[in-house]
Amino acid sequence: MAPARLSGRDLVKPSTDQIWAWLDDVPDPEIPVISVVDLGIVRDVQWAGDALEVTLTPTYSGCPATSVIEISVDAALRDKGIETVTLKRQIAPPWTTDWLSDKGRAKLETYGIAPPNPAGGPAQCPRCHSTDLERISQFGSTPCKAQWRCKDCLEPFDYFKCI
Amino acid sequence: MADSSSPTASRLEAEGAQSADLFEFLLRMGDNTLVLGHRVSEWCGKGPVLEEDIALANTALDLIGQTQMWLGLAGDIEGKGRSADDLAMLRDAWEFRCCLLVEQPNGDFGRTMMRQYLFDQWHLLQLRALKDSTHDRIAAIAAKAEKEVTYHHERSADLIIRLGDGTAESHTKMQAALDLLYPYVGEFFEGDATDKTLAEAGIAPDPASLRGAFDAVLSTTMDEATLTLPDSRFSHKGGKTGTRHSEHLGHLLTQMQWLQRAYPGATW
Repeated sequence: MAPARLSGRDLVKPSTDQIWAWLDDVPDPEIPVISVVDLGIVRDVQWAGDALEVTLTPTYSGCPATSVIEISVDAALRDKGIETVTLKRQIAPPWTTDWLSDKGRAKLETYGIAPPNPAGGPAQCPRCHSTDLERISQFGSTPCKAQWRCKDCLEPFDYFKCI
Repeated sequence: MADSSSPTASRLEAEGAQSADLFEFLLRMGDNTLVLGHRVSEWCGKGPVLEEDIALANTALDLIGQTQMWLGLAGDIEGKGRSADDLAMLRDAWEFRCCLLVEQPNGDFGRTMMRQYLFDQWHLLQLRALKDSTHDRIAAIAAKAEKEVTYHHERSADLIIRLGDGTAESHTKMQAALDLLYPYVGEFFEGDATDKTLAEAGIAPDPASLRGAFDAVLSTTMDEATLTLPDSRFSHKGGKTGTRHSEHLGHLLTQMQWLQRAYPGATW
């Protein structure tokens, strides 16, 4: 196999911290306000020689965003001049909403999606903050969301369900 | 399960052993989720209300995602270079190993949900047992799938109860669905030589070992749904072993596999 190399005059490999920072700019394709790092699906970033290995964990096994995310991660790292990127898909341990970052949870709520809550339902309406809520369905517009409604402002909203 | 004092040794032994049985078992898991996933996807755009349409599509999507993992592993174990797509789209009916229940047509919404509940209840027990498999990749797929199936089961059990204990009409339809579909349940618990080999290696549970827990939960759910379980334990079989599928499977495959049959190797 031909040795991978960094392009241009980059003779120093970017640190894994730098790679993580770059990945934090790659949006989730279905909920673009949060990054793939916020989503908690980037499990590992490491150099293997001159190749960069990025390990991703899918959220739901049939989620169509998974392959789009892989393409986005690959493209973002190539844009930064990394020529050889190896993407690994790891399913164990399975992805859990516990891996969402605090920053990601806050952004979800601002965006109008209630973040996951160990109690099994949203803590409050993301619009009016009322706690008088009802569940419409455990399934929503994407595999990771459920549909809820606020009984005060009467607006339906998405809830990022625990898994 | 295998000797826990030497997990690595037992895992290696388990992984080396009986790859033909392992392949057969993985087809059974993957074909169940594939065929049911396709059946449920037939509802897309036709659900009785928007929320149920979305829930059906999500359930189908999860099942197809799980199929990719089961059939992907099956292809790796077989070692002939067949991918999950190859196994799904290029086999004919007699090579499928799904249980007869999942082949059954959707019928009305109540019948679809009864089929789903009967499957989910078995599926959840099966996946929980498989999480302790001595085969690492099987345990990993089961752990992933269990999280999704927990949501499927919560919804299907809830709907069985609401529709069974609903109006006179919904009750009548749910009782008819149970009477029609219950004779397909027994096949999930029928074991053969493949099951025996895998159970001895700690790879998968003996199918019969799940029946007690299944019956207990089923009885509670049906009581709550005010539905009566048929007395007879008569069971149709032949899907899991591939010896006699129902006529419905072939019709399903002509639709599901049409594109790959008409345009072999097409990608997009």
